[in-house]
This record gives sequence, C-alpha cells and structure tokens, in this order.
Amino acid sequence: MAFSFPEEVLEHIFSFVHSDKDRNAVSLVCKSWYEIERCCRRRIFVGNCYAVSPRIVVRRFPEILSLSLKGKPHFADFDLVPEGWGGYVHPWIEVMAEAYPWLEELRLKRMVVTDETLELISRSFKNFKVLILSSCEGFSTDGLAAIAANCRNLRELDLGESEVDDLSGHWLSHFPESCTSLESLNIAYLGLEVNFSALERLVGRCTNLRTLRLNRAVPLDKLSNLLRQAPQLVDLGTGAYSAELHPEVYSKLAATFTCCKKIKSLSGFWDAVPAYLPALYSICSGLTSLNLSYATIQSPDLIKLVSQCHNLQRLWVLDHIEDIGLHAIAASCKYLQELRVFPSDLYGEEPDVFLTEQGLVSVSEGCPNLHSVLYFCRQMSNAALFTIARNRPNMTRFRLCILEPHAPDYLTLKPLDAGFGAIVEQCKYLRRLSLSGLLTDHVFKYIGTHAKRLEMLSVAFAGDSDLGLHHVLSGCTSLRKLEIRDCPFGDKALLANAAKLETMRSLWMSSCSVSFGACKLLGQKMPRLNVEVIDEGGHPESRPDDSPVEKLYIYRTVAGPRFDMPDFVWTMDEESALRLS
Amino acid sequence: MESTVTYDSELNLKATELRLGLPGRDEYEKQTPPIVRSNKRASSDSAEESRLKSNSSVSDAGNGDRETAPAAKAQVVGWPPIRSYRKNNFQPKKTESESVGIYVKVSMDGAPYLRKIDLKVYQGYPELLKALETMFKFTIEREGYNGSEFAPTYEDKDGDWMLVGDVPWDMFISSCKRLRIMKGSEARGLGCSV
Repeated sequence: MAFSFPEEVLEHIFSFVHSDKDRNAVSLVCKSWYEIERCCRRRIFVGNCYAVSPRIVVRRFPEILSLSLKGKPHFADFDLVPEGWGGYVHPWIEVMAEAYPWLEELRLKRMVVTDETLELISRSFKNFKVLILSSCEGFSTDGLAAIAANCRNLRELDLGESEVDDLSGHWLSHFPESCTSLESLNIAYLGLEVNFSALERLVGRCTNLRTLRLNRAVPLDKLSNLLRQAPQLVDLGTGAYSAELHPEVYSKLAATFTCCKKIKSLSGFWDAVPAYLPALYSICSGLTSLNLSYATIQSPDLIKLVSQCHNLQRLWVLDHIEDIGLHAIAASCKYLQELRVFPSDLYGEEPDVFLTEQGLVSVSEGCPNLHSVLYFCRQMSNAALFTIARNRPNMTRFRLCILEPHAPDYLTLKPLDAGFGAIVEQCKYLRRLSLSGLLTDHVFKYIGTHAKRLEMLSVAFAGDSDLGLHHVLSGCTSLRKLEIRDCPFGDKALLANAAKLETMRSLWMSSCSVSFGACKLLGQKMPRLNVEVIDEGGHPESRPDDSPVEKLYIYRTVAGPRFDMPDFVWTMDEESALRLS
Repeated sequence: MESTVTYDSELNLKATELRLGLPGRDEYEKQTPPIVRSNKRASSDSAEESRLKSNSSVSDAGNGDRETAPAAKAQVVGWPPIRSYRKNNFQPKKTESESVGIYVKVSMDGAPYLRKIDLKVYQGYPELLKALETMFKFTIEREGYNGSEFAPTYEDKDGDWMLVGDVPWDMFISSCKRLRIMKGSEARGLGCSV
C-alpha cells in the first residue's frame, strides 16, 4: 500500500468522491488515505451539533469550505422541546472564524443563532457565499443587516422558516449597490414588510437571481413590477396572492407570467384569491414544484389549476383539495413524486372538507413515481393501506397523520397494525415512516421484521408495552433516528438495547414510562452516549427513582456531556450519578 | 394597580379591593386549582384522556395531582404535528378562534432562558399568573404588585409595555405580543388604567 499512487493522484481521484458516506469509507482504508482524505475534504455535515465538538472537527479537517449543522431534535418543530434547551451555534462560529477564514457556506437547521453570531459570520469569512437558516431562531433583522452589508460575494440567503425578530424592514437596504452576486433570496417567513424599493433595485441588479421567495407582506400588485426585473427566475414564492379585482392588475400579471418562461417552482399564495389563479396558466406546464399549502382555495379552483400542471413532481396543498381534487391529480400529474396534504382545520369537530383515505389511494394508483407522502386526514382503513402498499412498493417516505390519536380503522374498528405492516413489508426501500391511529405492539413487530432500510421512525400514542420498543430497536438495522411521544414504553426495552443506541444518531422519548433510575443506569453504562433528561417539574432526584421522566433525549457523541444546558436538563453520566446518589 | 390593599376583618374592604379580572366576578375566590397547561402537563393529561378511550392499560405518568381538563376539546401539546408558522399564521374560516393557538414568548429579568406559552390555554388571569409562577419559580402578590419582587408585564400591539391585568382578558389575549416578568421596581413606572 505504501507504494501506491502519489498523493496528488489520490487527491485528484478523491475529488470525484462527494457523498459523506463514501468519503468516510475512503478514510478508513488505511492511514495514508485517511491523511490525504482529511486534507482535501471540503464539505462537512454534522447531523447533531452535540455529537462532536468544533475543535475536533477543525483538528481533523483543516480546509473546509462548507459546513452543515443541525441542532435541536426534530420534535422541537412541534413545541415539544422547551425553549433554552440548547443548539447554540456561536461557539462553532468562533472556532470556525479562526480555523476556516475561507469558509463559503453555512447551512444551519434548528439552531439558535444570535445577531452577534451573524455579525461574526459577516466579518470573519471573506468569501462567504451561502447562508441557509432553516427553522432557526434567536436573531433579528439587525443581524441580517450585517450579513447584507458585509458579505460582498453573497450568493444565497435563505431564512427558511426561521423565527426572526422583525425590528425593521430596512435591513435589505444594507446590500450595497455594488452587490450583484445574489442568486437566491428566500425571505418567505419574515413577518414585517421589507423596504420594497430596495428589494426592487436588488432584484434588478442581480441578473443571476434564480430563486426569489417573497413574504406575505409583498402585495400582489407589486409582484408584476418585480417579476419584470427578473424574467430569468426559476423558483418564485409570491407574497400575498390577493388584490381587489381589477382587470388591469390581472392582465398585467398574466402578461408578466408569460414572460417568465423558466419558472419551475411556485410557492407563497397567502390569502389567495381564485380569480387571480388563471394568470398562472401560461406557466403551469413548466412547473415541477407547486406549494399551495397556504392557499385556502376550494377544490374546483384548485383542480382547474393543478390539472394543467402535467409535469408536476412535487405538490404541497391543503386538504381543501379533497378527494375529488386528488382524483384529478391522479389523472393529470403522471410524474408526481412527492405529495403533502396539510390540514386546514386543526381542532374542528365537524370538518367541512371532504378529504378521506380515498384521495391518497387514488394518487397511489395514478402516479407511478409517487414515493414521498405526508398526509393529514381524519380517517384511514387497513384496506386502504394494503392498496397503497401494493400500488407503490417504491415508497421511500411515508408519513401518515390521522388527526385523532388512537383512531382505529374506521370500517372495522380494528387497530391499523396490519395496514402499516403491509406498508413496511411491500415497500422495501422505505427510509422514513410516521405512524398514527390505533396501534398495538403488533405493528412494531412488523416494522422490526421488515423495515430493514428504515432510517427514521416517528411514533405517537401507540403500542401496549416495552415489547413494541424492543421490536424496533432490535429489528431495524438501519435505524438512525427514533422519536416517540406518549407511548407506554419503559425501561426494559431501552436497557436491553442500550448498545443499539450507539449505532443511531438519536432517540427522543417524551411522556413515556422511562424511569429516572433507568436513565441514570444508561448514562453510567454508556459513556459514549449523552443521556439527557428534560424535566420542567424540577430535579427528578427529588422524586423516587422509579418515577418516569418527562422527556428523554439520547444521542451518541464523541464530545462528552455538554455544558450549555438550562436548569431543566440534566446529563446522566458516571460523574453526575455519583454526585446525585 | 398602585395601592396596596390588605384584608381587614373589620372594614371589609373586599368590595372595593383592586384585583385582576372583570368587576363582579368572584372567580378569584372560588377558583379551582388552576390548570397549568405548560409543556410538562398537557401531553400526559390528554394522553391519559385518550388512553381511557382506547382501553389500553398504562401506568400513570405520575405527574403530581391530576387536574381536570377544561370543557372544550383538550389541546394536546405538539399534536397534530404541525410547525408553529403554519399553526400561528393560518387563519381558519370559522370566526370562533378556539382552533388557533396564541403563542407568546415569556422572558423574566435575570433568567437567561425564554419560554413560550399558548395564551389560548388559560381561562383568565389567575390561571395565567399561576402558570407563570410555576414556570419561573417566583410568586406574585395578587392584591397589587408592590409587595412582590416581580411584576408580569406585556407588550401590546402598539409596542407599549403594560401591566398584566389592566384590561379585560379577551382584550389582553388579542393584543398581547409578548410577556416580560419585570423586577417590581421597574414595573412601578408603567402606565396603567386605574
């Protein structure tokens, strides 16, 4: 091996290896490959910011251009992780500022980012190009102003669904007149109005702008002017899609869209008014992605629009689409790959929207490429799930949310075990699954037996006993992320499968029956896991060892316990166990 | 809310006492233990409710005393699994606003961590204050804020900071943007309607 190719040749070959998995495999071949690889790796993805410390990363990889980091557990999206839990990115940026002055890209998800952090980023990285903040929080428009003002070569600014403290819309004016590098701007979830003339000028001078996602505060009558400055757009997010019905506004809009021949992706549509939808018809056949999930339009108008989108690959829509709309999609959108149907009325007893399991069945029959589904509905049956499984063995992501917890098969009143069993049995490439409805331990037996490629599983209000959890932990060989809430899973399965947890990124359990004693034991026995107990009811030590903890978050780490925890989070490890006993 | 009023067995000042809530309501005296619907309780309460429906036997979550759920359909925290933006910004067609939560941030002077609560979950000021006391581990005196170290305040739609309890409950929840538990000394300077 020592007499193999010279370093430069190996480096050149490695430059064609892009995926993290493959790069990791390369680095394990032998010491010299490890050394060469680590010096030429340019992109890093850290799925859990607490799994490794920034110093360890910097020590191993000296020349990184792109960093992706994820912070809080996924259930933070649904308010299950209390504020203050953690996920602070500042310590990372401080280390990166010194080690990687040429860092170009930062992609953060569910992290706490402050204005101080944004200022540090804007000053430290001379060639900074891409900033993507998905579901982040802790910063204001002041921080954005710093980014706009100081990042001379900024190409992408994407605020995702981050919570931004809206202090002023003038941050956008901080982009200097000399800035023409912007290719992608996503401010869709900003609350405040931005300075519109600054936006117009920015759009006008950034001739490479491909993606522009506006926020709700941008009115429809201003959209035409903006679009005329950017006919090269590929991805457009409208602002509010409503205006008083004026023929001139309409015809101007329709004419503008006919000039935007490159648009493949559309989103936005807040407060959408049906009368203005036909303005889009000229670009429908070019659309591959359509997000109407904020548009409360009724099915007849939705159908008229969507049935013209013959090349649609991704569709996000509200349940206003109804079964009849989904039948139409099954007939018209033969290239559909991803469907998400969101609920419009969350707590109403009597929904006035006619969406049932039949809509999903229909799409599963009509769309041969459908492989990714997120479906909120009020009723489901095992029969429907059998049909979907049979129709779509190519399913890779299947997330079903029946709104009422514990809802049984509405036809037979039995649990939905068999239906989900069929899904995991037939869909051999299933990587992500979310369960709902009435489910016993049986469904977990099916999952453990068949779901061998499953990487992420979300469970709520399901199962009867520890056996359920045991089936999953012992059977799902590819499992990386498991999140559970309100299930009667306790100590036995967790302790019996402790070693499994080191092969996974993380496990979240809340409102289950895991005892404090078991958490302590797990923390003691498994030094390479951080076992975090989250309990806002006070220190669990004040209660008996066998009383259940509120929330539990376990993740593997090479960085040891963290020290930035709030007073309602404790790490169970040998040290703390000794201290507490 | 500036005067300190104490109960005096001879004078019966109850009739003229300043307290939270609309005049004429005696609920302050008669209130049942408030339902604290913070992250820690709601899920186990409603899970308990749902489990009763499905007859599966499950050990009690063991979270202290069981509190009665409000008459309206119990809101389970984090269910259905919808992100905050969609939940908060989506106006349903129905005029009754029971379906949409009103999430506001709560900060406390001296505490480094923010919390978020759903104002919809509380029936009135006494419940809200009790929940805040529990969440941040401090006490507010009911008769006035002078005696205590901390006073709950909120920022309204116009950006003004007001003492919690000055306006009728419904007006409060529709205009409250965020809450801040201030040190008593600072709060004394705030304008109020009395």
